[in-house]
Amino acid sequence: MKYQVIVVGGGHAGCEASLASARMGQHTLLITGNIKNIADMPCNPSIGGSAKGIVVREIDALGGEMGVNADKSLLQIKMLNNKKGPAVQALRAQGDKVIYPQNMWKTISTTANLEVKQSIVEDLIVENCKIMGIILENGEKIYAESVILTTGTYMKADILVGDTRRREGPHGEKPCNYLSDNLAKLGFKIIRLKTGTPQRIDKNTIDYEKTKIEEGDKEYHTFSFDIPPQYNIDEQIPCHLVYTNEETHKIIRENLNKASMYGGLDDITGIGPRYCPSIEDKIVRFADKERHQLFLEPESAVESDEKYGNTIYLQGFSTSMPHDIQEKMVHSLAGLEHAKILKYAYAIEYDAIYPTQLKRTLETKLIENLYTAGQINGTSGYEEAACQGLIAGINASLKLQGKEPLILKRNEAYIGVLIDDLVTKGVRDPYRLLTSRAEYRLLLRHDNADLRLREYGHIVGLIDEKRYNKFLRKKKQIVELTNDLKNQKITPTKKTIDILSKIDTPLIKDGITLYDLLKRPEITINILKQYNLYNCNYNQEIINQVEINIKYDGYIKKAIKEAEKMLKLEDKKIPDDIDYSKIKNIASEAKQKLQEVRPTSIGQALRISGVNPADISILSVYLKKEYYNESK
Amino acid sequence: MEDTIVAVGTALGVGAISIIRVSGKDSIPIVNRIFKGYDLEKASSHTIHYGHIIDEDNVVDEVMVSIMKSPKSFTTEDTVEINCHGGIQTTNMILTLLIKKGCRLAQPGEYTKRAFLNGRIDLLEAESVMDIINAKTQKSLSLAMNQLSGKVSKKITNLRQSLIEILANIEVNIDYPEYEDIEEMTVTMIQNKIGNIKEKAISILKESTNGKIVRNGIKTALIGKPNVGKSSLLNSLLEENKAIVTDIEGTTRDIVEGTINLDGIPLNIIDTAGIRKTNNIVENLGVQKSLEMIESADLILFIVNNNEQLSLEEIEILNQILYNKKEYIIVINKTDLNAKLDTSIFEKSRVIHISALKDIGIKELKDKIKEIFNLENIETQDMTYLSNARSIGILENVVDGIKEIERGIQLNMPIDMIEIDIKNIWNLLGQITGETYEDELIDQLFSQFCLGK
Repeated sequence: MKYQVIVVGGGHAGCEASLASARMGQHTLLITGNIKNIADMPCNPSIGGSAKGIVVREIDALGGEMGVNADKSLLQIKMLNNKKGPAVQALRAQGDKVIYPQNMWKTISTTANLEVKQSIVEDLIVENCKIMGIILENGEKIYAESVILTTGTYMKADILVGDTRRREGPHGEKPCNYLSDNLAKLGFKIIRLKTGTPQRIDKNTIDYEKTKIEEGDKEYHTFSFDIPPQYNIDEQIPCHLVYTNEETHKIIRENLNKASMYGGLDDITGIGPRYCPSIEDKIVRFADKERHQLFLEPESAVESDEKYGNTIYLQGFSTSMPHDIQEKMVHSLAGLEHAKILKYAYAIEYDAIYPTQLKRTLETKLIENLYTAGQINGTSGYEEAACQGLIAGINASLKLQGKEPLILKRNEAYIGVLIDDLVTKGVRDPYRLLTSRAEYRLLLRHDNADLRLREYGHIVGLIDEKRYNKFLRKKKQIVELTNDLKNQKITPTKKTIDILSKIDTPLIKDGITLYDLLKRPEITINILKQYNLYNCNYNQEIINQVEINIKYDGYIKKAIKEAEKMLKLEDKKIPDDIDYSKIKNIASEAKQKLQEVRPTSIGQALRISGVNPADISILSVYLKKEYYNESK
Repeated sequence: MEDTIVAVGTALGVGAISIIRVSGKDSIPIVNRIFKGYDLEKASSHTIHYGHIIDEDNVVDEVMVSIMKSPKSFTTEDTVEINCHGGIQTTNMILTLLIKKGCRLAQPGEYTKRAFLNGRIDLLEAESVMDIINAKTQKSLSLAMNQLSGKVSKKITNLRQSLIEILANIEVNIDYPEYEDIEEMTVTMIQNKIGNIKEKAISILKESTNGKIVRNGIKTALIGKPNVGKSSLLNSLLEENKAIVTDIEGTTRDIVEGTINLDGIPLNIIDTAGIRKTNNIVENLGVQKSLEMIESADLILFIVNNNEQLSLEEIEILNQILYNKKEYIIVINKTDLNAKLDTSIFEKSRVIHISALKDIGIKELKDKIKEIFNLENIETQDMTYLSNARSIGILENVVDGIKEIERGIQLNMPIDMIEIDIKNIWNLLGQITGETYEDELIDQLFSQFCLGK
């Protein structure tokens, strides 16, 4: 049996990769260690958040599944940063850990061209630096033209609690023991990373009176650009907020040496994420802080479910303390004095490949048609994994179809920022997207993800005509409304002067277009409508888009100008076959970095740490010289 | 090669004329913006035009401007050469103005590099240039760093530090909105902090000592009681450079009557009026007058007589010099006569013995001045001086950037928009100190705040 694409792993990256490839017409096989765990959320129950929420919108704009699936499976949803500017607003939903995988399984099991097999992949079949297929744990060989590895944390996974280390994946699943060694044999540089997850508490053993309630928004939101809200605003399930206290800190300080990371285990090599320190880390590093926030997040509304039905995720309390200390720590919290721990916090160590070994298509540089996506590339987070899976799935298919790859630029998508960071800078600790990683975040907004990316989704074949036409209508309406506002003028008549003074905005001496009037912070299209200065029937989505463009015009133009500077450098291509050892005068550290990353453009080369502008000057002269020789 | 670059093509501070050369696609429009007398955008190639360089409404200098259009120039790009008067101050003002209007200071060898990249010179020539570029870049980089006096560099680092703290705070509010116990950065807080930074940036601009020396020369006061030999000393100092002594009374705030060229750095002798006029007036130069001079000078040459003991007035003047913490040299004149002076009260490293009449010790005096002001390390014909002009240009952009931030605040822009401009000035300051690295902000974010799951 031969497939066109094999996807190894059924997590968030694997789901997107296999769906994209199957939907693009490739005969696809998804291999997972346990079918029941497809699209599982083994850590926090939330989807989205700052920057990540925008990624989910981008996935949807391109024709991926995460946005729609999250919309169908949520417990509550809110818009973050809604008091701030449009560039930093993002959705975060609490997902239902039972419903989310069910919905994803429904989609996967009914998608044409997509088959699913339960097994563990332990080796790859490679000939002449080209992937041929995979070998299962029982020795069975399955052939394919392309293979996408999305193994998550499963390669040589070790669960760490206190002074114990066990070779197993999340939920006690079977890990994948030999694949990373086999990748190393093929020449890949393997790194060891670590992450952790906090306790799960029985939701019926918490005294909620002592906590602060955190509810969802009172207006409807969707991640998807295409489907209406699938939930009832009044039936959202709240989260709760609690704090650590002096007693908690004392327990932790007194037992510090028992934590795996503080001497409980002496063979830890994995590097943990900086943005998810354990509670003991927080107490050591920020000793003067009297309390730390913890969120109680429900994992599912399906009470009959054994795994997630009654559990509360204790966000902020990740630890590698032994069980008895964890009991004491949890019981020291107000409202959790009698809480029953259903699952203890643990840390997990796993193998990943160093991501500078990838091209921006997510194909490995070493082996043709082998792609990797998700935590195997050193990232962390469901959204980060899903978007890589989507890009790997799209590019594997495009290549088999003989088409140009899809490479998103830093000014086009957070996905572009993420992949460029990975392949250019590598990782030290598990990589999480932050808005501060995006230089042009004013261009990468929640509200315009479709305007940025839907065209690509259509070109690659993931956005059908119906969805595409809807998008074209939206684009057209934005232009219409903008032009209309530029054409309509108000003049200083008694009526308009009256209205302007009511709105409490400076009066006008001459005629002014509504477009210019809207540049004033206190004026909105809805206010103009309210006072009958303007009559329009466009929906709120169109109005928002036009208003953002008018009000932040100056800043948007600045961002575009900055982005253009970057793009000019991106256009200066570096040929694949360049031999850095032949270039005189480049500093040896820079030479080594350039050799490792093999940037495709001068722009990318500039972003490599350790490569200085002087090295870049010399490189550009060398490139010109080669070109000069050839052209002679 | 999108940038338009600028550099001074002639040695600075010597010669009657300096040539400032601008190359790149925007060179004609940029120069046109500061040139009055002819619309350069309408000028034909290889023509020369008379006019003035203006900064807003003020005339900076009277100049001749040559236009060479692409491809008929050394770099093959549009090139403009400004012939201005050869003073360091003027040249530097024009250079700073051009940088402010959008030029970038050329790196060493960049004209040659462009000439090569544009196919104007051949490979062999270019390869040897590359060797030089590589060697020179290292040197000029470290020179540029040294050039910023430790004090200024530290001030700028501090400004960057307060900016990155603001930035990290804003970022953390954006990335972790659910953390209620992290302080929310407000517009009012930004306003205060930014205002403070603006003041400091302006004062650095004003004070930047080394930069001032390069730009304005060393203001030097010759102080001493009547008949101690001030005018003979002045004449000795001026002797070999008589040609450049100019009477430019009234052109600066201080009355500068003589300029000595000390390795390209002008030594401006202030208030020579008092020294050169008749003895009667010199007699009138009292302690009070000396004190005024001490306050306004960068360097005090305190001349005493080898043949006499110190008077009470002289001791008081010496105390004032020390009290004002000014750079000074005790010049003991008339060493050809018997020594009656007790030199034990002087700081030994500040003493020079001369005989102005017999022209003894003048070279030693000049060397001492060079040593005190570290002039050996200011290579006026190289990057060092220019990098200072560059820093000044950037710092002026920083001040403009802060005004932009204040405008955004006034317009009620959301904080994450205002942050774009804050990030911009933070990056600019980083260009001065050169201490930037990727992920600096993210590192700050995680070390300053406590976050996590």
